[in-house]
Amino acid sequence: MSNLRIIGGRVIDPVNNIDEVRDLYCINGKIAASPSDEQKAEAETIDATGLIVCPGLVDIHVHFREPGQTHKEDIYTGTRAAAAGGFTTCVCMPNTSPVCDNAGTIQLIQDSISRNGLINVHPTGCITLGMEGKKLAPIGSLKNAGAIAITDDGKCVQDNQLMRKALEYCKMFDLCVMDHCQDDSLTRDAVMNEGEVSVRLGLTGWPSAAEDLIVSRNIILSRITGAHIHMQHISSADSVELLRQAKKEGVNVTGEAMPHHMALTDECLSDYDSNFKMNPPLRTETDRLAVIQGLLDGALDIIATDHAPHTDYEKDVELDQAPFGIIGLETCLAICLQVLHRSQKANLSQIIAWLTHKPAAILGLEAGTLGEGTNADICIFDPNETWEVSHETLHGRSSNSPWLGKKLQGRVYMTIVGGRKVLENNIILEK
Amino acid sequence: MKFNSKWTRQHLIGIEELSREEINIILATAASFKQTMQRSNKKLPTLRGRSIVNFFMEPSTRTRMAFEVAAGNLSADVITITGNASSLVKGETIRDTAANIKALNADMIIMRHSSAGAPKYLSRVVDLPIINAGDGAHEHPTQALLDCYTLQENLKNIEGRKITILGDILFSRVARSNIWALKKLGAQVTVAGPATLVPKEFTQFGVEVCHDLRKALEDADAVMLLRIQHERQNATHFPSIGEYTRMFGLNKERASWLKPDAIIMHPGPINRGVEIDSQLADSDRSVILQQVTNGIAVRMAVIYLCMNASLQSIK
Repeated sequence: MSNLRIIGGRVIDPVNNIDEVRDLYCINGKIAASPSDEQKAEAETIDATGLIVCPGLVDIHVHFREPGQTHKEDIYTGTRAAAAGGFTTCVCMPNTSPVCDNAGTIQLIQDSISRNGLINVHPTGCITLGMEGKKLAPIGSLKNAGAIAITDDGKCVQDNQLMRKALEYCKMFDLCVMDHCQDDSLTRDAVMNEGEVSVRLGLTGWPSAAEDLIVSRNIILSRITGAHIHMQHISSADSVELLRQAKKEGVNVTGEAMPHHMALTDECLSDYDSNFKMNPPLRTETDRLAVIQGLLDGALDIIATDHAPHTDYEKDVELDQAPFGIIGLETCLAICLQVLHRSQKANLSQIIAWLTHKPAAILGLEAGTLGEGTNADICIFDPNETWEVSHETLHGRSSNSPWLGKKLQGRVYMTIVGGRKVLENNIILEK
Repeated sequence: MKFNSKWTRQHLIGIEELSREEINIILATAASFKQTMQRSNKKLPTLRGRSIVNFFMEPSTRTRMAFEVAAGNLSADVITITGNASSLVKGETIRDTAANIKALNADMIIMRHSSAGAPKYLSRVVDLPIINAGDGAHEHPTQALLDCYTLQENLKNIEGRKITILGDILFSRVARSNIWALKKLGAQVTVAGPATLVPKEFTQFGVEVCHDLRKALEDADAVMLLRIQHERQNATHFPSIGEYTRMFGLNKERASWLKPDAIIMHPGPINRGVEIDSQLADSDRSVILQQVTNGIAVRMAVIYLCMNASLQSIK
């Protein structure tokens, strides 16, 4: 393994309170504070002048679709999209085909990660068998097989007693339960946020209340069980406020914000374009601003993408027939810079924290820092470079992005995983 | 007939995007076509050699037949394809089906679809004029146009008139198109019915939302009744058909609250004894069948205007 000397960049490492221009050494795959002269001499020099050098980004909410839906994405293509977006660690959701409700499927994913993964990937296991919300999955065995957290993401356990038991059971294993907060009875046949726009477009509405009810339930269940519940993709203003109040009380809950919920609103659906259809849906301007405010004041803890690839032919249909979900790994950083930084709501260090050590801490991952002796997982980006999102510039298998054809500002220059360059100047560097 | 050069649209997707002037162009064009319909030879040679595909993925009697008759009156060739008889049941997407229709040399697609937004989507991906014949709960523009035409015939002008739309507003494309059309033409619009089917969001479109039937009907110049759409609703929206009739059905007593010369309208299909008393449906105040006939003239106008705009854009 070659050693790297990254010079001239502005190093931002929020967990260590570092934000200054300095050199950074990667020696034998680790961050080294004081390498020997010999190590310095033999290291490959990377000129990061004018660029930001930060810990590799961490996304604890992606769909890599393997096994079973590899026409949309797989671990090979998904980890390359991640590398292009500056991510060095991803946590993939268990709604594969078959779902990850058994140790064998987790093992299959682990095998593929070691063969095909370009970055660090951790699988998760299901809360319930078949993600049917009826019987607990063998959660202890899933943990032993490598599941880093438990979730039925894509679905939500409706049975409150079952959810309570899942929480008690997961707490015993010190496993975080990540919940997709959706009351099914309020969202039957729903396509988009319920409100003026859905009424105008004649589409069945998806009220914020569907999210708020489950967030409330989860806060109550976390309070009585003490279990850690991480609320995925919070999209509604009332849910942000519920989390804010629960945290004041010290309830063991965390919440995540998505770039698209911070950048777009339900008005974007006016052309019935399915690249703006996801679950939970884009909501109103009030909700959009509330999600941003939630991050700023700590009601929400982290940013994740919910990277959800679908092929063009699956998405290119009538809006109500199209599947929910958009890709997000490759546009995340640029959108966060646009919505949070250039709008002057947050500084770079805050944004990097929401994308690195904070998500890592939620699941206890050793990632998201440039501290001495840690794995040299690094993202180097140019906050000013403008690029166009297109089939050609994206690296994943699917292109279902609301920003397809749009110019974004902020681009990853280099991604380093364990001291090895995996992406340089938009080119993937294979092993 | 001289082509109205102020009309430049080759698609008719909804009323929302039309200007008042554009609505008036269609209504004026329809008026001249209505005169030609009264001749013994109803056929005009205008669109001879053009072919129009009626692409109906939802059941329809009136709209489908009116479009067929309208296209026939203009001497266009009409082919009707229904959803269950098309390759959609074999898994073909509507984009591919429409591309094939174009490859088979069609000049226009008239589309009915259960998905809101389907005609707008198709107009983006296929280079053919698309006429929306009803999409989900979104719009049914030609219905609103024929309703406005019928209102003008009976009330002379629409400006300032109180028009009440009563029934299932939430799931109704007819209600939405009529709200846009009537507002643009200057009417005061009230939407009425049970709160579960008439959500308060409609006030944002500049209409009054009313759950008190007396207030809704009092002094109205016209009432448009809408069918309760069993096929779109689950059981949570109202208790029973019987209760709907008792609380919101139009009967003789309630009809007496309207202005003396007010008209009763219905886009059909009617459910006698549910949203409308059977005798009222057949009474002098009912213009339900006049609406159907006017539907031909209005659709002739829409086909004619959009086809010409499409040919102009090719030149």
